[in-house]
Amino acid sequence: MISVPISARINGIEWSGEVEPRLLLSDFLRSEVGLTGTHVGCEHGVCGACTVQLDGEPVRACLMFAVQIDRHEVTTVEGLAATVPGEAISVEQLHPVQRALHEAHGLQCGFCTPGILMTAEAFLRESPARSRDEIREAVSGHLCRCTGYHNIVEGVARAAERLAAGESVTEGKGEP
Amino acid sequence: MKPPPFDYVAAATLDEALEALADTSLEARPLAGGQSLVPMLNFRLAAPERLVDLNGIEELSRVEETEDGGLRLGAMIRHSALERDPRIAHRSPLLAEAAPFIAHPQIRSRGTVGGSVAHADPAAELPAVLLTLGARVRLTRRSRDGESGSRVERTLDLGDFFLGPFFSALEPDELLTAIEVPPSASGEGTAFDEVARRRGDYALAGVAARVRLDSRGVCDAAAISLVNGGSTPCLMREAAQALVGEEPTPEAIEAAAAACAETSEPAADMHATEAYRRHLIRVLTSRVLSHAADRART
Repeated sequence: MISVPISARINGIEWSGEVEPRLLLSDFLRSEVGLTGTHVGCEHGVCGACTVQLDGEPVRACLMFAVQIDRHEVTTVEGLAATVPGEAISVEQLHPVQRALHEAHGLQCGFCTPGILMTAEAFLRESPARSRDEIREAVSGHLCRCTGYHNIVEGVARAAERLAAGESVTEGKGEP
Repeated sequence: MKPPPFDYVAAATLDEALEALADTSLEARPLAGGQSLVPMLNFRLAAPERLVDLNGIEELSRVEETEDGGLRLGAMIRHSALERDPRIAHRSPLLAEAAPFIAHPQIRSRGTVGGSVAHADPAAELPAVLLTLGARVRLTRRSRDGESGSRVERTLDLGDFFLGPFFSALEPDELLTAIEVPPSASGEGTAFDEVARRRGDYALAGVAARVRLDSRGVCDAAAISLVNGGSTPCLMREAAQALVGEEPTPEAIEAAAAACAETSEPAADMHATEAYRRHLIRVLTSRVLSHAADRART
């Protein structure tokens, strides 16, 4: 199988190398780049667990090939908070959407959470002034088997309020 | 759940893509948004020898406002553009109205109009909507031996394009390159609605409608098409004809809706019985016809 050279920006860092064309973006991120925050669920575009952002737009990583990110930018859940890869961070350093989901108990096992975060961040970046109905619709492409969704919607709504009030992504609230 | 190996061609221009599709001794498939094709590859329901990636072809991603007041949509226009592009919403409000019903935001940011039409899925929203609008598809291929010029193009009415479930008039070396949407006439209103178990799921049934009223408020043209109402995306000509020559009163709309349900051919599956789908088709047809008529009046 002939591998193809690609170069892309992944969470702000340049990545260059060769990939087999049939390698899914989801598998590439986990096994080649080591970004295991992107979870692989159904592998046919239904569950939403593998959602990442391509040039800022949420996409299913299991429905794209790694070769297709050549000359594009990918953001995974590891790229949400302004942190140094590999270093532990505090809750306060998390992205407002991550923090709000944490506070609202919007996750239990956490398998679906990275995908939901990547969708919610793009959704609130487009506009933080969102109704509960709009939030429900925005996260409708994500299956969660633990929470019953109520607290996910609650968490995204809380993040929306904070972002609408002007809370920036990089300003943490200080040390815990 | 991993795709089988394939030869990958990242086409940078339309000519490169046509060239890569021209050799029909090898099974090649164009890769547009991949939101239907990649699941089929992952399930190994499809195993083409070559994938021709269209995502790098700039000329397929253009929205053109044509001189006649219509739209020419490049095949690689994403569903998210139907939702957001003010030029599309202005010239074809039905496309903008129906776009949010297409799957989920993560699918709409990749899925394309050309891919959706070429896939010819009777359960998809876009083919039905475009049929209602009287759209045409532009099909392009590289010239075969003995033909003059470098490309051969033909334009088909969408009604002649869909031949069966997931089966269209597209030849193996042809590429669907553009969709032409005619201008909306004055006195015209359109509407779309569907019923799905959950937002973003495939609809149990959906209906798109277009109603044109003359100066006296009498319907002089109408079109209705169904999502999941038969084995192909289809226009319901008989039902639409029932409204022509009538004022769109509740009674006339009910009669057209009943004719639509009657002449539809919905399938039964694990999600809904045939009778339930017929019921949905009647209720939805009635709803979208009255909505379209209201919009035609204003």
